[in-house]
Amino acid sequence: MSVAERSGTAAADASGRGAAFASPAPAEELIVVEPLIFAASSPGRRGVRFPSATDTARHAASGQPDVPADARRGAAPRLPEVSELDLLRHFNRLSQLNHAIDLGFYPLGSCTMKYNPKVNEWAASRTGFAASHPLDPAACAQGSIELEWLLAELLREISGFAAVSLQPAAGAHGELTGMLMTRAYHRSRGEGQTRTRVLVPDSAHGTNPATATMVGYETVTIRSNERGGIDLEALREALNERTAALMITNPSTLGIFEDQIDQVLAAVRQAGAIAYMDGANLNAILGRFRPGEAGFDVMHFNLHKTFSTPHGGGGPGAGPVGVSERLAPFLPGPLPILVEGDPEEVRRNAWAGRTTPRARFALEDPATRPESIGRVRAFTGNFGMFVRAYTYIRSNGDAGLRAVSEDAVLAANYLRVRLADAYDLPYDRICKHEVVFSGRRQKRQHRVTTLDIAKAILDHGIHPPTIYFPLIVEEALMVEPTETESIETLDRFVDVMHGIAEQAAADPEALKRAPTTTPVGRLDEAGAARRPDLRFDFGTAAPGAEASASTETGAE
Amino acid sequence: MSSTHPDDLRYSKEHEWVRVDGAQATIGITSFAADELGDIVFVELPEPGTRISQFGAFGVIESVKAVSDLYAPVSGEVTELNEALRDRPELVNSDPYGEGWIARVSLAEESGLDGLMDADAYRESTAG
Amino acid sequence: MAYSPHTAADHERMLAAIGVDSIEGLFADIPPAVRAERFAVPPPLTEQEVRAEVTRLAYRNALPRVSFLGAGAYRHLVPAVVGEVIGRAEFATAYTPYQPEVSQGTLQSIYEFQSMVCELTGMEVASASHYDGATATAEAALMACRLTRRERIAVSSAVGPQTRAVLRTYCSGPGIEIVEVGADLAESGSGLTPVERAAATLDDTVACLVVQQPNFFGGIEPMRELVDAAHDAGAQLVVLVEPTSLAVLEAPGAYGADIVTAEGQPLGIPLSYGGPYVGLMAARMASVRQMPGRLVGATRDGAGRKGYVLTLQAREQHIRREKAASNICTNQALCALAATAYLAAVGPAGLREVAELSMLQARHLAAALEAAGLGVRRFSAPYFAEVAISVTDAARVHAALAERGIVAGYPLWDEYPELADTLLLAATELTTDAEIAELVAALGEVAV
Repeated sequence: MSVAERSGTAAADASGRGAAFASPAPAEELIVVEPLIFAASSPGRRGVRFPSATDTARHAASGQPDVPADARRGAAPRLPEVSELDLLRHFNRLSQLNHAIDLGFYPLGSCTMKYNPKVNEWAASRTGFAASHPLDPAACAQGSIELEWLLAELLREISGFAAVSLQPAAGAHGELTGMLMTRAYHRSRGEGQTRTRVLVPDSAHGTNPATATMVGYETVTIRSNERGGIDLEALREALNERTAALMITNPSTLGIFEDQIDQVLAAVRQAGAIAYMDGANLNAILGRFRPGEAGFDVMHFNLHKTFSTPHGGGGPGAGPVGVSERLAPFLPGPLPILVEGDPEEVRRNAWAGRTTPRARFALEDPATRPESIGRVRAFTGNFGMFVRAYTYIRSNGDAGLRAVSEDAVLAANYLRVRLADAYDLPYDRICKHEVVFSGRRQKRQHRVTTLDIAKAILDHGIHPPTIYFPLIVEEALMVEPTETESIETLDRFVDVMHGIAEQAAADPEALKRAPTTTPVGRLDEAGAARRPDLRFDFGTAAPGAEASASTETGAE
Repeated sequence: MSSTHPDDLRYSKEHEWVRVDGAQATIGITSFAADELGDIVFVELPEPGTRISQFGAFGVIESVKAVSDLYAPVSGEVTELNEALRDRPELVNSDPYGEGWIARVSLAEESGLDGLMDADAYRESTAG
Repeated sequence: MAYSPHTAADHERMLAAIGVDSIEGLFADIPPAVRAERFAVPPPLTEQEVRAEVTRLAYRNALPRVSFLGAGAYRHLVPAVVGEVIGRAEFATAYTPYQPEVSQGTLQSIYEFQSMVCELTGMEVASASHYDGATATAEAALMACRLTRRERIAVSSAVGPQTRAVLRTYCSGPGIEIVEVGADLAESGSGLTPVERAAATLDDTVACLVVQQPNFFGGIEPMRELVDAAHDAGAQLVVLVEPTSLAVLEAPGAYGADIVTAEGQPLGIPLSYGGPYVGLMAARMASVRQMPGRLVGATRDGAGRKGYVLTLQAREQHIRREKAASNICTNQALCALAATAYLAAVGPAGLREVAELSMLQARHLAAALEAAGLGVRRFSAPYFAEVAISVTDAARVHAALAERGIVAGYPLWDEYPELADTLLLAATELTTDAEIAELVAALGEVAV
């Protein structure tokens, strides 16, 4: 029995987080919203077909060694045998069970769920890009390499860093890269053994300490001050010759700009440590604050946040890193470089939409970066996302990017003031692109938790804000509207949130039952973890067609 | 709160309890801790024969939304694990002082038992 | 500016509500000392202008007319229906499914993906994806270290160079030592990992043996013997597999592999200059708590409806923080969806056709080059769909062919000095007889 069941009500489970699961139904009567693809399978049904082997090929190949019998598969894998139409219907119906930016408001704090422009998709699908093999000779890939070079140049300009590597596949991957470079840097100065600690604020995203651990560092948590910034005194006390780095998000995960950032960076530099900025919140400061210029040593960008590449239900993203001069030798390569041509001329031409005739690009020879930490993935990066981000940056341009941050910050502050009457605001000051509320008033007065509030929001066709993060705010509710939502959308959200606050007082049980209009209601997460069911059980169903032992290709 | 803390047990600051039976002891987590964690999904414990020392981390307890180290309330040697928790970790929630026991330990000479709270002291410490 | 809906009136209304005179007031808390001094990003472009710029760059890629290049990324058919599935905005513009009630599309498709990966690999549990095959393999090696509590790993030199490079980088984090097991690269050698050499490297300090199947040279490794060697030393066997090969080659679960990884790009994901791709990982259920990455599990709601959720999340960064098994957050969900749609689109029969055509054309290619006296197979062992061919004066020949729009595979000598004058050529179901004939003809002309 779950805690919720035992307590007899659909009310809070004892952790105070709201009912995971209200009333059990017998297992045999499970209602299936959309069957698994395997249910549409029928032996012998075909989807895409391939050509038959030619006689020429068979004849020529006959003298070559076959795959040994003992290396061959026995039974064929039980992949679905479905028609193309059934496949498409299945995935179309599944897609309709999702909420998405393209359907409705998605104010998920820290994720920057802005509009994903479709011209970016058009760009990434150009055959010239889609068919470009990562190991093609440079002469075949001048367009790909030039795009990477130009994107790196733009990211450098936006951030003020000396150099950029596009390689990491996601923000966390960028963090790993940054911490590996940090360690390589300290080792190069003979301090690899002594500098063993990474400082993170108590408001940090979970990836920060997880990354520090992956690199063998010990994490030390620094408290935040009452204004929502890192406590400068606590930081100064913790900084010493054992500190490898400070990892900090700016604006912080509370959506607040670190207004002592200059002193923070000075203190870190004085201690001989590396200043790492988690760039997740870049959407707030484009054109206003350049981390590299301000004194950070390294930062990861999230192209799938600030730079509009789609989230895809959990990736792919891209997490390029920018570094100061002192970390540049350690970047994961090979970086795209201009082998022939003047960089200034190439940029000028590219900004005007022209190719520079004599310019030649290549991937750098790894021998020219001997202190590199090495590759963090097989090829140069999530190129498809680079095309999208490049298209986005060029579409917006300088004025557009500045306006992005201005409108993002404006929208968040608008929501801050309009909701401050209904929800507690732990840090009642101007925020940047996101604002953190606390649901503690609703919890204390009406036993309605932030989880209940989030589930109630779902019934209005809006994705809830981020909940229970950052950890330092009780019943946290982090709202990030982004710059692409109209004021009507924002006003509607305000109305929904006011309505829920009223309902918390008038009829809290209704909130505990939410959501009721979504494809499924609250799910039994405890059951999912206790008795994991992580793949379809084919049971004793006969596997598909037995594989034959020959090398004949078979069109049926 | 799902059950009051039994008087015959001793309690650690990290919300573990100890039931002494001569030179043996049974340990578990308190109802307060179980409620805080929410629905328990997994308990990870060291094999019998492992020496544990008081207040050292000796296992992990996982709920859907949180994970916590288990800190030994006493020093000794693990003699038995509650096998029932493998299939039914929810026992820790439903009966934390009874069927939800976690491990049995043979107490070391310097077990540290005296450093633990009695039920009243524990109730007071969790009241705030 | 490009996508903002705000009018001047909207701005005024918001500013008035907030109680500041201008937007500048919202940025006053940035200390003057750190305000940006420059922002020399080029001016905005309209849609037609940015499309022209993108077209300029796309056309600068002089794509080869004929290519036999593989070496970790392969030119396969991406069925049109796959593009339709991942083009659905509800999949593409959704976030990570933390609110499962409105994410059943994403969650169920990941469950289907996990199921298919388990079927292909013969393993009990598969994660929701990693960045690529190389990082998945690196994460698998670290997982083996955690499971065995050992701090060294053995890696065959027949594992691809990019993968080994990523392994080195990831192992440098926690200071895991890497021992290389040299493959048999002698002329007319097997091109495989010698089992005795592997066994000699494995002892009770080594957490795992990492091999690739087929290996980087296309060779089919003696997996059962390698598994035995690893297990005899109490080590895990980590194998990086090519996913289409699993239609004809034995499933790793059947020969006792402990952790299986793969680069999923061949499954319906375009080459796209190296990314985004998708890493697969599968293991035994007993190891699941040490497995990095997301997992989706089936469950039900209070009204008795079947549903799917992210589960066993306590392993992950957002809960475990510094004790997490890995720091992975965003993965490659849309690419995993492409692979799922691909596997459903081709089915077991289609996947087998892909594998067998690829194998056939690789043999056709090798035979044609040998028959024309232009190239000799470097290694004796059977291969899957990629083959190492020795060609006289290979560097010059490769460059000359590239100028004619033919990429004659991957030059091996930089990363494997013993393999001078050896090219790695791959074939797939897209390789035509005409392309092979053209390669032979062109090589004949250039070789004189």
